[in-house]
Amino acid sequence: MATMLSVQDLHVSYGAIKAVQGISFTINEGEIVTLIGANGAGKSTTLNTIAGLLKPESGSIEFLGESLVGVQAHRIVERGIALCPEGRRVFMQMTVAENLDMGGYTRKESENREELARIYDHFPRLKERRNQIAGTLSGGEQQMLAMGRALMSKPRLLMLDEPSMGLAPILVQEIFEIIKALHEQGTTILLVEQNAQMALSIADRAYVLETGTISMSGEARALLNDDRVRKAYLGG
Amino acid sequence: MTILTQVLNGLQLGSIYALVALGYTMVYGIILLLNFAHGDIIMVGAYVSWLVMAQLGLSPVIAIVLSIGACTLLGVLIDKVAYAPLRNAPRLSILITAIGVSYFLENGAQLVFGADAKVVPSFTDLSATGVGILTIVVTAVCTVVLTLLVQKSKIGKAMRAVSEDMGAARLMGINVNHTISFTFAVGSALAGVGAVLYTMAYTQATPTMGMMLGTKAFVAAVLGGIGSIPGAVVGGLLVGFAEVLVTAIGLSTWKDAVVFLLLIIVLIVKPTGIFGRSMSEKV
Repeated sequence: MATMLSVQDLHVSYGAIKAVQGISFTINEGEIVTLIGANGAGKSTTLNTIAGLLKPESGSIEFLGESLVGVQAHRIVERGIALCPEGRRVFMQMTVAENLDMGGYTRKESENREELARIYDHFPRLKERRNQIAGTLSGGEQQMLAMGRALMSKPRLLMLDEPSMGLAPILVQEIFEIIKALHEQGTTILLVEQNAQMALSIADRAYVLETGTISMSGEARALLNDDRVRKAYLGG
Repeated sequence: MTILTQVLNGLQLGSIYALVALGYTMVYGIILLLNFAHGDIIMVGAYVSWLVMAQLGLSPVIAIVLSIGACTLLGVLIDKVAYAPLRNAPRLSILITAIGVSYFLENGAQLVFGADAKVVPSFTDLSATGVGILTIVVTAVCTVVLTLLVQKSKIGKAMRAVSEDMGAARLMGINVNHTISFTFAVGSALAGVGAVLYTMAYTQATPTMGMMLGTKAFVAAVLGGIGSIPGAVVGGLLVGFAEVLVTAIGLSTWKDAVVFLLLIIVLIVKPTGIFGRSMSEKV
């Protein structure tokens, strides 16, 4: 398997606060890799830095052999990375269809039409509500919209930041089914989750973040059965 | 007949306020900045018309094109030079900068052109009524085109996306800086159109002409609900009508006071304006 994304010794700070302190990890083509860890461990910071919203203090980020450090966020989308951000951040005053349109902003109209049909297949509810204002959708529907919107750019790497946050268990199940389906269709996924149980159960590999450093890594299945992980993140 | 004339006057003046208010509201919508230099862009547009026609002796068509072009460029330039470096600064810093830019333009114009009024030659052979009707029609067309642009076009949707959530817009692959520049360009082009229509009716350019015009357009934008395009138009027309009405009943010395009284009433009764949404402060 070819390495798709390689992060080496990444440091990111917010002013004096060091959020990420020298983490290194890789993602291979076709994998689901998950970053798990408590609140404030630096998971979202890592994703936002890869997406170009934050500038790293030091370290390297290479995607398909090219450095992403210093590349502007909108250019990173063009290179094939999409981030579905924490808290969904759909455009509340725009319709579902317009939100999806924005997801395909970097692509041609004809390509978008095909992609839109595919996304409506994954998320039939979005199709039903395509002319509805996004702010009137339920939390689960907004999450689906945020994911669909990220997929519109046909990313080589899809980064999902807390897709299950604030959702009812049945919806969490549904979202994870969709992530699995996307993976089966060949999308490479970097998943950040507080719901470690769910994340480890669908991921190939996992990294555990603790206060800005990686404390453990390995096969997701192995971590799921690891005593320390069970104690710290899976409620014993 | 008098009533009809007054209605026309109200619509004409209101249209000019509306054009200027549209620029205010668009810039506010996208970067939450009250661009106090916006009115002064009109002043520059008026001087360009004067330069082209009175000094260079060129045709009104060239004057119109160059005035609108100069306003558009100036708007984009102001953003790039004065506001863009402060994009991540506290909002107060950029607001104060806008006031600074306004003073810079006013005093710059005074330095270059002198403090006395320049008479802008007439653009057309139209009567006053004709100019009034032209102003109303041009404003209506601009409003329709702008609405279509914002609602239907790709760049218009990008503008709305940036105005809602700049970070999320970046994640879509939208070049936020280009989108903001484009917004300034459109808003300032409308100010340029306003400058031409204003000088058609009032035939004068002075260094401080943009100050009251800009302030009243600001009142119009707040009245209609800042950030809202229909709001800017309705607000502009209301302010224009209020002024004309007060003048018509013989209280012309009160016309400015009445406009600001309107602002005070709106801020007390419905601070979000007629079409405004109440929104929580962006974090």
